[in-house]
Amino acid sequence: MYQVGIDIGSSAAKVAVIKDDEVVKTMLLDTGFSSRKVADEIYAALASEGITKDNAKYVATGYGRVSVPYADNVVTEITCHGKGADYLFKENGTVIDIGGQDTKGISLKKGRVMKFIMNDKCSAGTGKFLEVMTGRLGLTLEELSDLAREGNEISISSMCTVFAESEVISLIGKGTPRADIAFGVIESVINKVVALIAQVPADKYFLTGGLCEDDYVRERLELALNAPVKSTPLARYAGAIGAAILAAEK
Amino acid sequence: MPNLELPKSFDEFVDARKAGFIHVKDYVENGGHLVGIFCSYTPLELFDAAGVCAIGLCGTSNEPIADAEKVLPKNLCPLIKASYGFAYTDKCPYTYFCDFIVGETTCDGKKKMFELLNDIKETYVMQLPQGQKRAYAKDIWYEEVKLLKEKLEEKYGVKITDEKLREAARKRNALRRTQLELYALQGMNPPALKSTEVMSTLAQGLFHFGVDAQHATYRARVDAAKAAYEAGERPVSEKAKRILLTGCPSTGVIQKVGVTIENNGGVIVCLDDCGGERTTKMMVDEDADDILRAISDRYLEIHCSVMTTNEGRIENTKEMCKKYNVDGVVELVLQACHTFNVEATRMQEMCEEEGIPYMKLETDYSTTDSGQIETRLAAFLEML
Repeated sequence: MYQVGIDIGSSAAKVAVIKDDEVVKTMLLDTGFSSRKVADEIYAALASEGITKDNAKYVATGYGRVSVPYADNVVTEITCHGKGADYLFKENGTVIDIGGQDTKGISLKKGRVMKFIMNDKCSAGTGKFLEVMTGRLGLTLEELSDLAREGNEISISSMCTVFAESEVISLIGKGTPRADIAFGVIESVINKVVALIAQVPADKYFLTGGLCEDDYVRERLELALNAPVKSTPLARYAGAIGAAILAAEK
Repeated sequence: MPNLELPKSFDEFVDARKAGFIHVKDYVENGGHLVGIFCSYTPLELFDAAGVCAIGLCGTSNEPIADAEKVLPKNLCPLIKASYGFAYTDKCPYTYFCDFIVGETTCDGKKKMFELLNDIKETYVMQLPQGQKRAYAKDIWYEEVKLLKEKLEEKYGVKITDEKLREAARKRNALRRTQLELYALQGMNPPALKSTEVMSTLAQGLFHFGVDAQHATYRARVDAAKAAYEAGERPVSEKAKRILLTGCPSTGVIQKVGVTIENNGGVIVCLDDCGGERTTKMMVDEDADDILRAISDRYLEIHCSVMTTNEGRIENTKEMCKKYNVDGVVELVLQACHTFNVEATRMQEMCEEEGIPYMKLETDYSTTDSGQIETRLAAFLEML
């Protein structure tokens, strides 16, 4: 029996397949315009490898969780990230998930979600903020982090993504080095995330979501939180892995 | 007779709204008098004794907010904006046809909004003390209640006698007892009613012409629910997580919060806002020598976050959590409601001490954050 977890986020769709307690497959797709369409693509891709309704259970999570018609169950991304992080790190602590449109802090104890916090409507401190800024600076996320390492300390004071973009435009206009702006952009996200995470403090943190392989972001978080922040390449799939684990329950 | 012309935009209204206007117009044409009110601090017995009908005007819809923002700042609570917006746009029949409005100096947003509202419709503002504990606090409120009594007597050419006040207090207390029966239905396991049914019964209750009509509606609801329960009907699953909803008035978010809790495996067993058990269980001493004083004392006792300090609210919630066997507390903060938002820290501390999971939701009447609210509520319910 396969357990399939499908995490359809606002920008990326993540898939994890578990068999006998092992993650045997992961997939990463662009969510694009239609959650329903990406859900169908995922089913077809898995079916071509012999994973179908006949031998698998599916749990959907993320913003597009209701658009997966073949899902056996639907669970929120908070519970799934909690389960997934417990599987990956097997320790008590707080999960920091910087997602495409929201950032979450999930306090974990013995694999259970004790408390969680999520940013409200505003997109400051989320992947959306970085997406807008990298677009404006003509950089990829990786390039942004590499540049930020060399940048001098400047601060972007606007919390709002739209105002911050204007601020960045005026910095560009003034001829501020791109590395400095990159530094300011990442620091802005770190500050917002840390303020949010302060409500679910821990002595150990786990970074999940799209920024999990970004060492610079992880280091800046460690510095700001004054505590270790762990991650692993699989942490990008934490929500999907959690969903796959939950496919075995019920 | 008051102005009985329909609003200029009447022809553009949808049928339900037109019907509402005609219904209220009929009432006024047949000699009925309406006074608009906003808050649980308003001493209702005085209106009953004056023979006029107090009607709740708290705005609970997103519809007039864009228009209200032409005058009021955007960064203000949706209840205040909607209340003003309905007057500004002539879209609420009760606001439109009421003789005047009575408000109180509760939060800063409301008391300053009342100054502007007065330009549209006469608004009389009662001045609340900032707390209940000073030795003279009760005297202040008593004097204010006396002034309102004089205002009503003068406006309507009636005498508000002690007998009439006593009679009104009896009726109001009886209504309060029935309302408590309604709340008690949710104490059962499983509760007798869906949370949204309780919320909409209470919301409808505010739009009856007079205490008797309101009481009859609640009575019928309670009796029907009891009979159905005894007949074995269980509208709520036994497994539903039992939620106490505290914080700001929740009528404006029945859909966004009430329905979402229901759809994700929860049920609100205790509505812990100012219309809930906390306020309703406070009775007027019907046999007091000074009935007006008994009335003013009863209302001043109400725990709202505008009072400093306000421990009574937190202590009461703690009690309710036990009484209703609550699995989790959700605190509703309407955007820019500073007093409830700040006081939420105290509520959270209490919940943490008691080991009750707690979540604060800050939202407004719009649908912009429905997705996020749903994720948060669903995750909270999954966690319980």
